Amino acid sequence: MVTQQPEFFYRGPSPFVRLLFFSVLALAIMVADARFHALDMVRSGVATVTYPLQQAALAPGDIVGRISNFFVTQHKLQRENTELKQTLLKKSEDLQRLSLMEGELTSLRRLLGARDAMTERSTLAEILHSGRNPFRRKVIVDKGINDHVQLGEAVISADGVLGQVTAAFPLTSEVTLLTDKNQAVPVMVRRNSLRAVVFGNGRDGTLDLPFIPLNADVQNGDILVTSGIDGTYPAGLLVAKVTNIERNAIHAFAKITCTPLAGIDRDRHLLVLTNLTAQAKPQIEPELTKPVTGKTGKSTQPRAKP
Amino acid sequence: MSILADPKDVLHEPPSARFIFISLIIAFLLYLLPSSGAMLFLRVELPLLAVLYWSIHQPNRVGFAIAFVMGLLVDVSDGNILGQHAIAYTLAVFFSLVLRLRILKFKLWQQALHILALLLVSQLLVALTHLFLPSTFPGWGYFVASFFGALLWPVITFALEYPQVLAARARND
Repeated sequence: MVTQQPEFFYRGPSPFVRLLFFSVLALAIMVADARFHALDMVRSGVATVTYPLQQAALAPGDIVGRISNFFVTQHKLQRENTELKQTLLKKSEDLQRLSLMEGELTSLRRLLGARDAMTERSTLAEILHSGRNPFRRKVIVDKGINDHVQLGEAVISADGVLGQVTAAFPLTSEVTLLTDKNQAVPVMVRRNSLRAVVFGNGRDGTLDLPFIPLNADVQNGDILVTSGIDGTYPAGLLVAKVTNIERNAIHAFAKITCTPLAGIDRDRHLLVLTNLTAQAKPQIEPELTKPVTGKTGKSTQPRAKP
Repeated sequence: MSILADPKDVLHEPPSARFIFISLIIAFLLYLLPSSGAMLFLRVELPLLAVLYWSIHQPNRVGFAIAFVMGLLVDVSDGNILGQHAIAYTLAVFFSLVLRLRILKFKLWQQALHILALLLVSQLLVALTHLFLPSTFPGWGYFVASFFGALLWPVITFALEYPQVLAARARND
């Protein structure tokens, strides 16, 4: 009792005790977040609260961009307009053929009794900023749960697959790019339908195609498209091009390097694809065992336009 | 202690809680400015610098809890695993509390050397926690940000002390 310090000087636990307490708390949070994804609510809450600050920080760059946009020359606009019209014409021709083919495909699939091809809805989003974390390859986009963007959805640009939504907040969401370390996409070689999984390697902007036997038929310049067997990425989207193959007999597998086709660091606008078929999966699965009825054809709709 | 060595300006009154709060918010806001590519290596941990300034000068007001919360905010905005910056900031604040009486005896540029060590420790911790997870080591250039942060220490000190001096002058007049 005599040795106890007066109330006036008492400052709570010592710094070392506090350090221990907060370190253990931080470790617990890290484990809860990385292993069990238990803190997604906290994350999205904090993201929503700091949203105004995020917007304020982006404002200066935004204003500069708008001003420089305003002073585009008439000539440039006209040229761009002509180009766009030409592309539109070309695409609309493709689209007409696509609707015809989709009809044919549906009836063929019905004949075969196969499951319907995936149908999806797309949301146009804009990149707010590329992630500020040098350890990861991520971007933040301006569409979130309020715009029906959901966790795990595929993200594409005009030239191919960009990545996947790995965190969806109410107003924004976080897209992990193909090039992020260990980001996997199930693909197939377009030329011969050889199936594989492509992984981001994280170091530079390239992808690895591991576990391909030495004698497999993969060539330089082969185009990899999504195989669609994972239920996340719709089939047939462009992913990457094989740029380098090393076949060394001392290894069991070839070392294959690919370059993503989408402008990973260039594109500003992107599409988030919602897979409508995957959401309806529980109702469809039991029917697979039965003989096919006309009902399955109903869920097939033409691909929604952006 | 004061950088404006005018005896009239000696700071008797601690800064208001509102001033501390606003300074932390501004530091966080500046940290959120978009940057990418090579600019990431020059991206100073301003929230940590602000927290360190206050934990050195006002250890009773700003300490572990605020550093921890600031770290969590940074983690969310950078898309990290929650807690990575929280633990790094906590450790930096611990060392700042251990060293603060020593740091305050030095001139600003000598203080900056101490701050450099604290920033490096926190960056090292962030890097270590990253490397436990699937991620890429961005190269040693990553640690350049700490050196820039240390260079900014006199600026931070001035920016946070000058408003207090102005307030003190206004009170004296």
